[in-house]
Amino acid sequence: MSDTIIDSMDADSIYLEGEPIADTKAPAGPIEKRWDERRFNAKLVNPANRRKLSVIIVGTGLAGASAAATLGEAGYRVTSFCYQDSPRRAHSIAAQGGINAAKNYRNDGDSIYRLFYDTVKGGDFRSRESNVYRLAQVSVEIIDQCVAQGVPFAREYGGLLDNRSFGGVQVSRTFYARGQTGQQLLIGAYQALERQIAAGTVTMNTRHEMLELIVADGRARGVVVRDMVSGEIESHFADVVVLATGGYGNVFYLSTNAMGCNVTATWRAHRKGAYFANPCYTQIHPTCIPVSGDYQSKLTLMSESLRNDGRIWVPTSGEDKRDPREIPESDRDYYLERAYPAFGNLVPRDIASRSAKNVCDEGRGVGPGGLGVYLDFADAIERLGRDSVEAKYGNLFDMYAQITGENPYETPMRIYPAVHYTMGGLWVDYDLQSSIPGLYVTGEANFSDHGANRLGASALMQGLADGYFVLPNTINDYLAAGPFEKIDDSHPAAAEAIDAVKSRIDKLLSIRGSRTVDSFHKELGHIMWDYCGMERSEEGLRKAITRIRELKAEFWSDVLVLGQGDELNQALERAGRVADFFELGELMCIDALVRNESAGGHFRAESQTEEGEALRHDDEFAHVSAWEFDGDGGKPILHKEPLVYEYVEMKQRSYK
Amino acid sequence: MNITVRVWRQAGPDEPGKMVSYDVPDVDEHMSFLEMLDVLNERLTTRGEDPIAFDSDCREGICGTCGVVINGVAHGPQQTTTCQLHMRSFSDGDVLDIEPWRADPFPVLKDLVVDRSAFDRIIASGGFISAPTGSAPDAHAAPVAKADADHAFDAATCIGCGACVAACPTGSAMLFTAAKVTHLGLLPQGQPERKARVVEMVATHDEEGFGGCTNIGECAAVCPKGIPLETISRLNRDLLGALIRPHT
Repeated sequence: MSDTIIDSMDADSIYLEGEPIADTKAPAGPIEKRWDERRFNAKLVNPANRRKLSVIIVGTGLAGASAAATLGEAGYRVTSFCYQDSPRRAHSIAAQGGINAAKNYRNDGDSIYRLFYDTVKGGDFRSRESNVYRLAQVSVEIIDQCVAQGVPFAREYGGLLDNRSFGGVQVSRTFYARGQTGQQLLIGAYQALERQIAAGTVTMNTRHEMLELIVADGRARGVVVRDMVSGEIESHFADVVVLATGGYGNVFYLSTNAMGCNVTATWRAHRKGAYFANPCYTQIHPTCIPVSGDYQSKLTLMSESLRNDGRIWVPTSGEDKRDPREIPESDRDYYLERAYPAFGNLVPRDIASRSAKNVCDEGRGVGPGGLGVYLDFADAIERLGRDSVEAKYGNLFDMYAQITGENPYETPMRIYPAVHYTMGGLWVDYDLQSSIPGLYVTGEANFSDHGANRLGASALMQGLADGYFVLPNTINDYLAAGPFEKIDDSHPAAAEAIDAVKSRIDKLLSIRGSRTVDSFHKELGHIMWDYCGMERSEEGLRKAITRIRELKAEFWSDVLVLGQGDELNQALERAGRVADFFELGELMCIDALVRNESAGGHFRAESQTEEGEALRHDDEFAHVSAWEFDGDGGKPILHKEPLVYEYVEMKQRSYK
Repeated sequence: MNITVRVWRQAGPDEPGKMVSYDVPDVDEHMSFLEMLDVLNERLTTRGEDPIAFDSDCREGICGTCGVVINGVAHGPQQTTTCQLHMRSFSDGDVLDIEPWRADPFPVLKDLVVDRSAFDRIIASGGFISAPTGSAPDAHAAPVAKADADHAFDAATCIGCGACVAACPTGSAMLFTAAKVTHLGLLPQGQPERKARVVEMVATHDEEGFGGCTNIGECAAVCPKGIPLETISRLNRDLLGALIRPHT
């Protein structure tokens, strides 16, 4: 590898700094009145006029399906797209734990303000107060809506809804449906969407992948999609475009995301002018099943509730290769209990993950490749009895046994962190509108509400808040000026976008090199994991940027994609996604390099306390980093949006 | 271990298909079944042969995207999704026949990929509760007996994979349809549309070309979520009631 390039890469040669930006849509004044005020001041669209207005929504997860169902029912003409064979399969379906809402049904001191406070603090003071307060307000309505749709939340014997606590907060505000909350919420939204499809207000296009955004005369006016069965390239036009296309964790190749999750829709929009905010903020979840071999295609998460009773340890000596059951207490290091006596095994996700990485880096990891730590239930089984442990965690133990072939009642589980969620995404204002007029972004695809770290059970809340309640009350402010002048394929912007898609596909198919798409994706994933994973350093990030550029060049000259464009061609689909992951990965590393502080999921080796804990630099970095694309070969332009905290006092986190 | 797979290859919806045999040496027992196919596809690609098309997405048993018939059994020898099946379930020297779901309403698109959009149309015809966004009463306005809530949940765990159809001798989707009728019919919110729901969903089921249920039970035997056969009895009871007394 050409380490020589690194030294010549000073900051100025990597990025440029542009003008600061601001969210101009959030009203000032008392925080609890802001959402009311915005809804009141947003222009409305008369019901009779709505059917003249068309909306494109890409993605059918919680944020996309809920928006399509709601806007369709409101009377707009909605066209919806998903790459899956049914809208019900979007990856929201895999969320396990639950959904937060400030109902205070437990009478335990919860309130909208407390959910707001916990979320701002949990995000390590890198999110917007106005957005987070609205999220907490709307959370209450989400539960009502879902129950009305028939979502079978867990209930108590009196017939009322059950709650549990989650993610270290001190109240019970998480609603759940066993370990399948995401599935049940998504099926609720999917059924509402199918109802609108039957009613004719939503036209659904499954197995269609968005490959380009059409921006005409300064407005987002359509998309170019590929029919993944016939291979046909189609253009679709509307008055407004909504991207609800999820996160980009698959840039790491191995993650808990679904195989098809990708960044293409948001990245293509970024290249057309949408700012990408905080791309380096990724969440790495501590309790996943470790990698078992090179063939591994994805990682499986196990609920972090396991940390309530399981004890995490590694052998004191890296040389100790005994069966874990034969290692005596004196030769074990319960490193979380040792370093964090107050919180022990229940430290937040980022700390638990990084600690596991550190002991493995010291050569004390267990299992294949030394990339694992023990999660041991022997004490819990002795204390509570096997039946009690089985009642609490039985389904998780079964899942572990299914995947690993080991019995966790007999021998300690092995766990390792895995990429799970991306807090970064396209920059949006309070209305969820991006920096391109007429392009709205919802759910994990935007950056807005979680700051540098997302709390457990908050992803489902945000996706549904955006889709059911926020977007349907802000998009009207934009659409009130429509319908806009009709355009078609003859518009230069449309012709250019269609042409770009076709020539890119032709290029990918014509290289006929020697390496498969997956081999490139795996190598990219290794670079990202090693240098832009749980711990980042200036040296490592510079190395990563260089290596990504080299690998990208190799990809475009040596990738092997067989078959044709006009057929179902899964290698071609993956090739396009991986090509975009290269560009995103580079921007993530640049963002991580420029943010020379540790905040939430972003830990810079150079910015830590004497005890090795994350150290923020609020004087320099209390801002959103919104990146503008400046052409292939150009340098990304950084626009800073200052973050102001009027309500929650900024503090350094401590879990000692 | 070394295994041999015989895979259904079909270039497109209107092309003829055939079983093609491939040797797959050096299979690790910890691989998932789909990872074994990934490895085979990587080898095929490098040799310049068209990789095998198959569907999968979450690979953790919840999205319902994957599903193939392995040695004649939908999702293979364990009662789980294909993605959760691991190679330790097989032995060195095994020969595995891998086929797509076979049912007229699920046309093959390519190799092991089928079109299951008929399921979406069954849901669209009535598999919902009409609850416009914003109109909901407080979530605690209508308590639900825990037993009903739990049973509704059990039915609602259906992932729509289509194994029930693939396993059924008549290609019936009654278990899929009944799971939704049961989920919504057990909840108080689902009562106002209960009769119309079952009538419309069964009508769409039949129009899509799915066969009639003969109570064989193959569907429940392969269902990765363990949806019980008795949900079909519940559907039949609801359907009979709705047809005899549509307005009460």
